[in-house]
Amino acid sequence: MTQLPGLLDTEAIRKDFPILDRQVHDGRKLVYLDNAATSQKPRQVLDALSEYYERYNANVHRGVHVLAEEATALYEGARDKVAAFINAPSRDEVIFTKNASESLNLVANMLGWADEPYRVDSETEIVITEMEHHSNIVPWQLLAQRTGAKLKWFGLTDDGRLDLSNIDEIITEKTKIVSFVLVSNILGTVNPVEAIVRRAQEVGALVCVDASQAAPHMPLDVQALQADFVAFTGHKMCGPTGIGVLWGRQELLEDLPPFLGGGEMIETVSMHSSTYAPAPHKFEAGTPPIAQAVGLGAAIDYLDSIGMDKILAHEHALTEYAVQRLAEVPDLRIIGPTTAEDRGAAISFTLGDIHPHDVGQVLDEEGIAVRVGHHCARPVCLRYGIPATTRASFYLYSTPAEIDALVEGLEHVRNFFG
Amino acid sequence: MYQEVILDHYKHPHGRGLRDGDAEVHHVNPTCGDEITLRVKYDGTRIEDVSYEGQGCSISQASASVLNDLLVGKDLAEAQRIQETFLELMQSKGKIEPDDAMEEVLEDAVAFSGVSKYPARVKCALLSWMAWKDATAQALDAGADAERKTA
Repeated sequence: MTQLPGLLDTEAIRKDFPILDRQVHDGRKLVYLDNAATSQKPRQVLDALSEYYERYNANVHRGVHVLAEEATALYEGARDKVAAFINAPSRDEVIFTKNASESLNLVANMLGWADEPYRVDSETEIVITEMEHHSNIVPWQLLAQRTGAKLKWFGLTDDGRLDLSNIDEIITEKTKIVSFVLVSNILGTVNPVEAIVRRAQEVGALVCVDASQAAPHMPLDVQALQADFVAFTGHKMCGPTGIGVLWGRQELLEDLPPFLGGGEMIETVSMHSSTYAPAPHKFEAGTPPIAQAVGLGAAIDYLDSIGMDKILAHEHALTEYAVQRLAEVPDLRIIGPTTAEDRGAAISFTLGDIHPHDVGQVLDEEGIAVRVGHHCARPVCLRYGIPATTRASFYLYSTPAEIDALVEGLEHVRNFFG
Repeated sequence: MYQEVILDHYKHPHGRGLRDGDAEVHHVNPTCGDEITLRVKYDGTRIEDVSYEGQGCSISQASASVLNDLLVGKDLAEAQRIQETFLELMQSKGKIEPDDAMEEVLEDAVAFSGVSKYPARVKCALLSWMAWKDATAQALDAGADAERKTA
């Protein structure tokens, strides 16, 4: 078995993930390499979910009975865990949403309805990048269409990095918000936050960071990022689906208007008008995803017990090994950085003229789960002149043996369609 | 799923390339980026040619090749019957085992029956067939318009 420096004890870790024992297609061992789409869940998270429903289930912030108080404590306890996990200065800066898409839409809508100095209107500009997930493109397109603001973006270099050569022309005095991805879900690129934040601060623009592919894989410190908003989702970091996070700077959350109205987000309501609860509740209308928040809290406990720096080192070692091994496959072209430097553990590639759907289907028959398509980042496919890619993405339980299985599977694909 | 017949059509497509036609359509499958540009040429109600150019997975490309084999030279009514039978097979979720009667209608296209078990791939197999249906409707409309004008 291949031994690489920095690897975690995957034999022990994999015991926590019951699904990894599954066999598919008549007894083939599951090789799960679709972690950028969603991660698998450890027993600890599954137990937290069922324990919540079996012992504590109640609505939060409403009742005076025991269950309501316990459920509220668990839900708010999850907020504390998230705040500590991302080094937030205050727990009140952590807003629970249903996913990263909702988090990003929330920011766009706060700004769309805001008064000066935050207001986005026809005199102002919004900046994104060409490597964004659709969830960090479409909300800004909607905002631009509705307000008349101009949408601008950074292009990409041939090797899958942001082209910041014209940063002073892209981010200008007119820019109100710069929203970009910390780690690309399709290219794997880790973006240079500091350079972008520095320029945004120079012109007084707000900065929103999509950390969906960062939070699960590396230590995330919102204070070190110096961003104004950071969005991510629970289900890619061992948590359940249906829970996302938006972190925002307290003073902004105080100033900016709510987006969704309803229960929970109010202070007083009359038939004529209402006043709002302080953040984060101002932005959490309706019954929140309570069990899901508790599950995310359990996922954070799990990740912390292993250590985010160790997970980062593990994935870096795997990525280094994977780019080396994939380079051995004839006709394989990595779309994105071809080395492990400033790169996450999602690797997209094309294989000659073989369509990614065919690659994915034949790999599936071998028990290997990868993602195929445009990965909700179609502009990247257009930029590199390809219809789609195959993407393999790793996590804390991935092993070098699984990368070997992928490479063998790709050889099989080539023979099959060759 | 990948029957030898499908791989053969994928590697050696029949009738590929764009030729003269009465109508042209461009269809895409947004989930995977399969694309086809397809032209139909009619001689009255007889299909004189179906020509196409496209890119995409083996299923979508092989299906276009099989379509060309099956429909060129047929009368419209018969072609529609073949198209409807193929649609029925593809929407069967793997529950229809093609019998002799179906095989007689669909010939090589019965090889796609395995694809119907994979919901994500059914659209790939149907792409060219939906394009043909659309192009035919346009060609017939144009023909009817031309007749009205000359009448």
